[in-house]
Amino acid sequence: MTPQSAFMILATVVPAQEPALRRLLADMNSSPGLLDSMQALIPFRQFKQLHYARFLILDDLTVNDIAVYGLPRVDYPTYLAFLGDCDGPAEELLAEMAQQAGEGLRRIFMHCTDFRSDTDLLRWMKSCDVAPAANYVNWAGRTVRQVNEEEVLRQALAKFLLGNQNKLEELRPLQQRDVLKSFIDGEQKRGRLTLTPPDPTPVDWQIRNLLHLITIPLLAFTLSPLLILAIPFFLIRLRQCERSDPEIAPRVDPEHARLLSLQEDQDVTNQFSAMGSLKPGVFRRLTMILVLTAIDYSVRHVFNRGRLARVTSIQFARWVFLDQKRRVIFASNYDGSLESYMDDFINKVSFGLNVVFSNGIGYPRTKWMLLDGARDEQKFKDYLRRHQMPTQVWYNAHPGLTALDKWRNALIRDGLERRHMSDSDARQWLQLL
Amino acid sequence: MNTKDIQGLVRFGYAALSEASFLLLNIRDVAAARSWLAAAPISTAEELSQPPTSALQVAFTREGLVVLGLADEVLAGFSTEFLSGMSGEESRSRRLGDVGASSPRTWQWGGPGNVPHMLVLIYAQPSQLVPWTQMIQTADWNAAFEVLVRLDTSDLKGKEPFGFTDGISQPTPDWKRVRTPPGDQLEYGNILSLGEFLLGYPNEYGKYSYRPLLNANAPFSSQLAFAEDQPDKRDFGLNGTFLVLRQLEQDVRGFWRFLDRQTTPNPLARQNLAEAMVGRRMDGTPLLPLHSADIPGIDPKSKAQNGFIYDSDIDGTRCPFGAHIRRANPRNADLPASTGPISRLLHKLGFGNVRYRDDVIASTRFHRMIRRGREYGPKVTPDQALSESGAAEHGIHFICVVASILRQFEFVQNSWIVNTKFDAMTEESDPLLGDRETIAGCPFSDTFSQAQPDDTRIRSTGLPQFVTVRGGAYFFLPSLSALRYLVAIGRE
Repeated sequence: MTPQSAFMILATVVPAQEPALRRLLADMNSSPGLLDSMQALIPFRQFKQLHYARFLILDDLTVNDIAVYGLPRVDYPTYLAFLGDCDGPAEELLAEMAQQAGEGLRRIFMHCTDFRSDTDLLRWMKSCDVAPAANYVNWAGRTVRQVNEEEVLRQALAKFLLGNQNKLEELRPLQQRDVLKSFIDGEQKRGRLTLTPPDPTPVDWQIRNLLHLITIPLLAFTLSPLLILAIPFFLIRLRQCERSDPEIAPRVDPEHARLLSLQEDQDVTNQFSAMGSLKPGVFRRLTMILVLTAIDYSVRHVFNRGRLARVTSIQFARWVFLDQKRRVIFASNYDGSLESYMDDFINKVSFGLNVVFSNGIGYPRTKWMLLDGARDEQKFKDYLRRHQMPTQVWYNAHPGLTALDKWRNALIRDGLERRHMSDSDARQWLQLL
Repeated sequence: MNTKDIQGLVRFGYAALSEASFLLLNIRDVAAARSWLAAAPISTAEELSQPPTSALQVAFTREGLVVLGLADEVLAGFSTEFLSGMSGEESRSRRLGDVGASSPRTWQWGGPGNVPHMLVLIYAQPSQLVPWTQMIQTADWNAAFEVLVRLDTSDLKGKEPFGFTDGISQPTPDWKRVRTPPGDQLEYGNILSLGEFLLGYPNEYGKYSYRPLLNANAPFSSQLAFAEDQPDKRDFGLNGTFLVLRQLEQDVRGFWRFLDRQTTPNPLARQNLAEAMVGRRMDGTPLLPLHSADIPGIDPKSKAQNGFIYDSDIDGTRCPFGAHIRRANPRNADLPASTGPISRLLHKLGFGNVRYRDDVIASTRFHRMIRRGREYGPKVTPDQALSESGAAEHGIHFICVVASILRQFEFVQNSWIVNTKFDAMTEESDPLLGDRETIAGCPFSDTFSQAQPDDTRIRSTGLPQFVTVRGGAYFFLPSLSALRYLVAIGRE
């Protein structure tokens, strides 16, 4: 199994260079939200381990919100973020990119404050890489190569079935599977399709993962006397905050919404980038660190097989702290329209959204951190849209394939490769095709 | 409930008024339009002792409200999608499947720069439409309006042009306001909060959908009642709602000829395939057995046609996953069927699913619509469609009434009807309504598949586009008080 990893190169944009940077990035698109397949600045497709990538100028439209707490606005610099989700260690991909797309990357990063023509690109990128506080991968171990190969497999089977369905119908389910299996074996022999076996799981990763699996509960257990003592104080403080924290969820600016939706629904998958400031004070900062640690733990060890709680439409998602944990970025790749994404948030996992985002300034009022909040449907949608930023450049290695498509294709392959299959298993397997 | 303040269409389908025509108007003379509106005999949702012999309804686009002088700050209270309009943004058209042959650029009305101000719906008993229309069209009318398009309708006796019984499934609004929507509804139900279909009342989230509110001291606002949730404001939206109108041309000959080619020479198989695509027999009978328990909000009379859910058909072998009615109303609860509090909690956390496709569809109750469409064009039987040629246009003037265009109409159209990935499927959109346009990475969207108990799915490929959008717009269907306010603001 090849584990996935994420990178986010974060750098400050030279103010005078910002317009030029925006033009350069916009030129990589053929239309808003649609990467030009002919663009040569960053040949994303060359990097066979890259699932998704985006260039993002962090335009926080909500920096003034802090004023509701009587605090002065912080003049954060404008950042450029380059995010990617890939198979294997991100450093390897970055090294490859520095080599094969060095010129394009340099042209982009030249607009950043500490990047000069003689800067060592790879070392600079590594030094600017910001690790996520929580990182969700829809299916741990599913590689770009696997997705490609299994989609070819599905299409080959679909094509074969169209011509042979009548013949197959006379056979028992297990016999049908045998016929399909020998067809695919033949295709593989003829070199028309490949099903590469998964690589062995890197030992160092296994050790680190195991340590993580144990350490966090161990830590929680060791600290449990303290934590239990802290719970009443935490809850009292929480309710105090929840009662007094102001909501900032005005009707979204139609022009802002128009610009965002202009980029959306060009593909069955969409990108989402948002940012905001944490509520001031230690209480919320600590809560957020705790919550994101818990989420990171659960997505690493529990929700790593196609479902993030009840949601099946999120391919990758991450939360990243910025500016000494005063601000947070949320970036995701999800299937379907924004409306259906938010519908999932509201109706399927509102509790999960609430525990995280209620630490952000202006979030619709929650109760005991889990309740209400996102269930205030319109306010929540406006809140999210208001914090959303246009993504300047977005790359998806698998346009047209949802997470559920990838899951089904993997099940199809699994059914072919399994040694033994019962009659009822075969029946269910046939229904996947 | 002040039913006298609500336009009748929200509550009644006017089935007995089998003649109807829908007029799309531009306002030429605002003063004359106001005086026509002031006198217009608009039908209300009040139950009369005598059933009405005719009905009249009026609705406005954003453009129309602007012409009538509704102030910008009032207008800004409307939802973004209403203000933008059905054809206002390319991205919206993409989501609605209004692409290719259905692109708004090709529309007969409602496309960019071609959005009418106003919609007048006229209903009458057989042979009464002409005299009733003449009565409505007073001298003020003639001065006030320019008729851009007249959408005629025909009475196909409850069938839509392909020949199927239509309009069977309708939500039951909670007119008595006794419903308190639960956090999680564990059974599919047909009773929905009034606020799903009327502005000014709590919706299924217990919240009030966006609508324009006025300061209590705003001129003429005394025409309007106070907002229930903000008693210091006057509610322009109260008892009003949104009306979505789409002219959907149906290629009846293309439909039956395609099915015939797929099944030649077997008329029964042809009909079976058509019924699988729709998800009902032609007479409206569902393809599934009835649900053992009663479904709240489905009265005994319609139980035979509506008393079913899809829980008994998780493999989709009886009613295909992609069948039109399974897409348009998946009839699910908020959570997968659970056996107790623990199983409920597990389901809430995403555990306890057996198949990869379990629990992938959104909760139905947030995405229901009252449908009030009418057919147009002459009746054609399947046999005639196969044997005769004809130039007549057939179709539906699709109408739905919703309090949130975005969450109800647009969601259903985008995520369920047009979506090629609905319910974990791929390569197929709605067999009747789908646009068949390819999407990046997916060379096909023109498939229809039927799961089989022991075999692979039976796939029909190369489905042509059977339905083409010819026009459409989002309208505000105001309350009678909001109409009086619109008339009054002219006196400024």
